[in-house]
Amino acid sequence: MTRFRQSFVLLCAAALGMPAFAGEREDLIARYTAEARAADPAFTAFSAARGEALHRDRHAGGKPDTPACTSCHGEDARAAGRTRAGKAIEPMAVSASPTRYTDAAKVEKWFKRNCTEVLGRECTAREKGDWLAWMMKQ
Amino acid sequence: MKTHIIRPLAVGVAALVVTAVLLGRAQAGDDEFYPPVTDKLTLQECGSCHLAFPPSMLPAASWKRMMGDLQHHFGDDASLDAATTAAITRYLTLNAGDAPGHGSKLLRGLKAGEAPLRITELPKWVREHREVPKTDWTRKDVSSKANCAACHIDAAKGYFEDD
Repeated sequence: MTRFRQSFVLLCAAALGMPAFAGEREDLIARYTAEARAADPAFTAFSAARGEALHRDRHAGGKPDTPACTSCHGEDARAAGRTRAGKAIEPMAVSASPTRYTDAAKVEKWFKRNCTEVLGRECTAREKGDWLAWMMKQ
Repeated sequence: MKTHIIRPLAVGVAALVVTAVLLGRAQAGDDEFYPPVTDKLTLQECGSCHLAFPPSMLPAASWKRMMGDLQHHFGDDASLDAATTAAITRYLTLNAGDAPGHGSKLLRGLKAGEAPLRITELPKWVREHREVPKTDWTRKDVSSKANCAACHIDAAKGYFEDD
């Protein structure tokens, strides 16, 4: 009985200790993984390095005043960014903004808007997964 | 002996002056107060890119026009799902500058039926900002006329006094 009680308490403690939002983020990654695999059977895994490059590279297809993600989000993903109309943007790195990427509809909304602005097209599932992998790594 | 009368008198006069100045300031502030957005959805959706502009800064016809073409929102695609768009449009038009009981000062000089999209092109806005030097608008910390809070530090609370 005491052993059962002990393990029950331990289990509860473990559940409470888990990052509260990890589940939703993992679901999102799983969804992009499935999409990336459907688009390319040779796909193996997302790459944080590719994600960082996507974030920092200057792209030519989008709007001239936002050639890179960093145009608004800034060079340091752990620091706040700033929109062109002067609004602060919370840091993109999960370590600095722990509640980020826990609402799939919100993530999709911003990928659509911002990829169109910076790249002139929507991002692929692989690009989204790579980018998220980098934001979750730091 | 005289100071016994003069001192309380001086204190009284000083108190009156302070009250008058405070009252005057409060009135000036009143004239530059535009109730800020209180609707959570509007605040969230409009306020992530720019200050969620007080709905009383434009007439209802402007908000309808703007919300009807979010795909071309000043050069950005700001489109939202239909339900969100409808809810925000409702809030903005109900609290618009020409909504019953509002009578926004910022709409003075606007002809009936006009539905401008830019607050910064309203005759009163232009008049109020005519003394701002051109170089101020291009400063890195300003960068856009939509960035009210760069100069009006309490813009998010609805205060747009001269700073």
